[in-house]
Amino acid sequence: MRAPSEELPIVFDGVTVAAGPVTILDGISLTLLPGSPTVLIGPNGSGKSTLLRMAMGLLAPTRGRVTWGGRENVPPLKRAIVFQRPAMLRRSAAANIRFALRAASIARAEHARRTSELLELVGLAHLADRAARRLSGGEQQRLALARALARDPAVLFLDEPTASLDPVATKAVEDIIRAVSERNIKVVMATHDLGEARRLAGDIVMLHRGRIVETGASASFFDRPQTAEAKTFLAGELLV
Amino acid sequence: MNMLTRRSLIAVTASLVFAGHAFAQDKSIVVASTTSTQDSGLFGHILPMFKAKTGIDVKVVAQGTGQALDTARRGDADVVFVHAKPAEEKFLAEGFGVKRYPVMYNDFILIGPKADPAGIKGSRDIVAALSAIKTKGADFISRGDKSGTHQAELNLWKVAGIDIAKDKGPWYKEIGQGMGAALNTASASNAYVLADRGTWLSFKNRNELGIAVEGDKRLFNQYGVMLVNPAKHPSVKKDLGQQFIDWLVSSEGQKAIADYKINGEQLFYPNASDSGA
Amino acid sequence: MLQDVTALQLVLSGDPALFAIVRLSLYVSFSAVVLAALIGIPLGAWIALTKFPGRQGVIVMLNALMGLPPVVVGLAVYLTLSRSGPLGAFGLLFTPPAMIIAQTVLVTPIIAALTRQTIEDLWIEYRDELTAMNLGPLGRVAALIWDARFSLVTALLAGFGRAAAEVGAIIIVGGNIEGFTRTMTTAIALETSKGDLPLAVGLGLVLIAIVIAVNALAWTARRAGERLAG
Repeated sequence: MRAPSEELPIVFDGVTVAAGPVTILDGISLTLLPGSPTVLIGPNGSGKSTLLRMAMGLLAPTRGRVTWGGRENVPPLKRAIVFQRPAMLRRSAAANIRFALRAASIARAEHARRTSELLELVGLAHLADRAARRLSGGEQQRLALARALARDPAVLFLDEPTASLDPVATKAVEDIIRAVSERNIKVVMATHDLGEARRLAGDIVMLHRGRIVETGASASFFDRPQTAEAKTFLAGELLV
Repeated sequence: MNMLTRRSLIAVTASLVFAGHAFAQDKSIVVASTTSTQDSGLFGHILPMFKAKTGIDVKVVAQGTGQALDTARRGDADVVFVHAKPAEEKFLAEGFGVKRYPVMYNDFILIGPKADPAGIKGSRDIVAALSAIKTKGADFISRGDKSGTHQAELNLWKVAGIDIAKDKGPWYKEIGQGMGAALNTASASNAYVLADRGTWLSFKNRNELGIAVEGDKRLFNQYGVMLVNPAKHPSVKKDLGQQFIDWLVSSEGQKAIADYKINGEQLFYPNASDSGA
Repeated sequence: MLQDVTALQLVLSGDPALFAIVRLSLYVSFSAVVLAALIGIPLGAWIALTKFPGRQGVIVMLNALMGLPPVVVGLAVYLTLSRSGPLGAFGLLFTPPAMIIAQTVLVTPIIAALTRQTIEDLWIEYRDELTAMNLGPLGRVAALIWDARFSLVTALLAGFGRAAAEVGAIIIVGGNIEGFTRTMTTAIALETSKGDLPLAVGLGLVLIAIVIAVNALAWTARRAGERLAG
């Protein structure tokens, strides 16, 4: 859809996040490049959400720095995020999208067309006038995706986008993520679902206890994990 | 709907801004007066006649005499119409009033329960009656609000040789409220209370209460009217206020006062011609 | 004016004096609620969203001010609007605007405190989304107020109930002048002092009926709105 050069690459350089005595991210160095989706995996509490928030620009590092296209403190004009539990505004589905369009300063004349396009994309056109908070979990997740896309982002961050969904809803959301990625929008996504990571990822970043334990192209990571933690995790055993 | 809300907001705000102005423009005066004149219904009877003749709206703020004089002292009224001659003369001496005109009188009456625990019913001697109330410790309700009636009551205790501030016991209850409230309290607790006849005649919640003492000339209750001094408060509408005063003491106004009756009983007796009243 | 008849007869016969009283009561209390909302909602939202030194103290204060004694407010407004007071030149004492001002002072803390609570709760829910949308402070406040609109209606109703029911403030600053500043509550006070308890009770019932009707209308509107917007 656009040349993502303003936002990408996103570079983490020795990033540490500490909340009081607790270290949440510990010396992260990572480069997110344009291309196929990057999927963050790791057990709960490994720091995936914090890393996503930081890449979105919602959190500042305690030490180290984050740059977007080589610059620091870039406002999130071309970035968007879908949180694990997205908050639906107390308005209709369509109004939720219009709100995001307005927040992104998109010309009012475009709103009607863009709203129906986005609702169409996520398969909610028939529920446009329904109160957003009365939609099902899967529908809300799809609406949150549409709302994030309303910002016309170059990078889209997704935090456990299918965590509480049934298989049918999960498939619908994954199909949308694939469609988004095909539009040349960089997807960076956290999941603890290995099947989903395998289905969507171009490359994998595995986190454990706030550190990156392994990175690599999806195929090689799943076929030939290098570290003990990755092997344990992939084997489906508890990684504590 | 949004538009409508915004419009009504603007309308309310605008009306507030202009309201004060508009209210100040119309032909009206504020009269600080007593609860007795309002509660007795006198104003409801005479003000429409005055309005018909002059087109002036008289806005009556009914308070106790003390409070009414204070309202006038602050410049918040154009005319005061009250009943406590010493307090009125003090008001004049302080320069807050222009001139005091006697208007009318009625009388105070001592109200008490039918059971008459002080044994004073039918007496014409208010001083002896108050002494009996104190001696028997019969319940007594005092306005306690510096109103004309309250001041008259305090004066009567003094005449009876009783220093009520020192001698009062649990039987003596100061409620700090208007005439009606005092009558309601007396009615609910079967107590004695000093009232003006006008309020008593129009009072409906009597229960066991009736007149215990009346007809003593020490129970005389004179009303006077004064224009608030425009030299102290330039906002005073002196022409309109003086028109009201002139009408009250004119033969037409005096007749209107005499004509006001409840159940055939006259409440107020005009005496504007009695310059010593 | 209101003698020897019951309030019911007055209502049924369409007594113009009674309707003038009801109209004035509604005008004064609605105006006060509108003004208090214009002040209290932005103020409450601002306190909800802003960190500043002494904020906890301000919140405790605001909650305490919900219980402001009407008599004290009436007295303060009286002294302010009196000819001898700082705003005496406007000649507002003993007029409906004086009553509106007094009730606005009473109602503003209620609306501000309830707004603060509502907006703060909603902000906790929306903070991440609105920050991620890169919304400025004004945009946030607008979005939160709009989305809290149904809860804020309850705050406005609480304010209206307070305004419509109080007598202590308006009787001092309005003077209970017949045909000019006499409202439902001051008329009830007057009829009580005249010992006409049946009429006072009748007027009280009319007042209660009006408050219930206003609440029922607002409730219906809220339900309808919520069905559409969740």
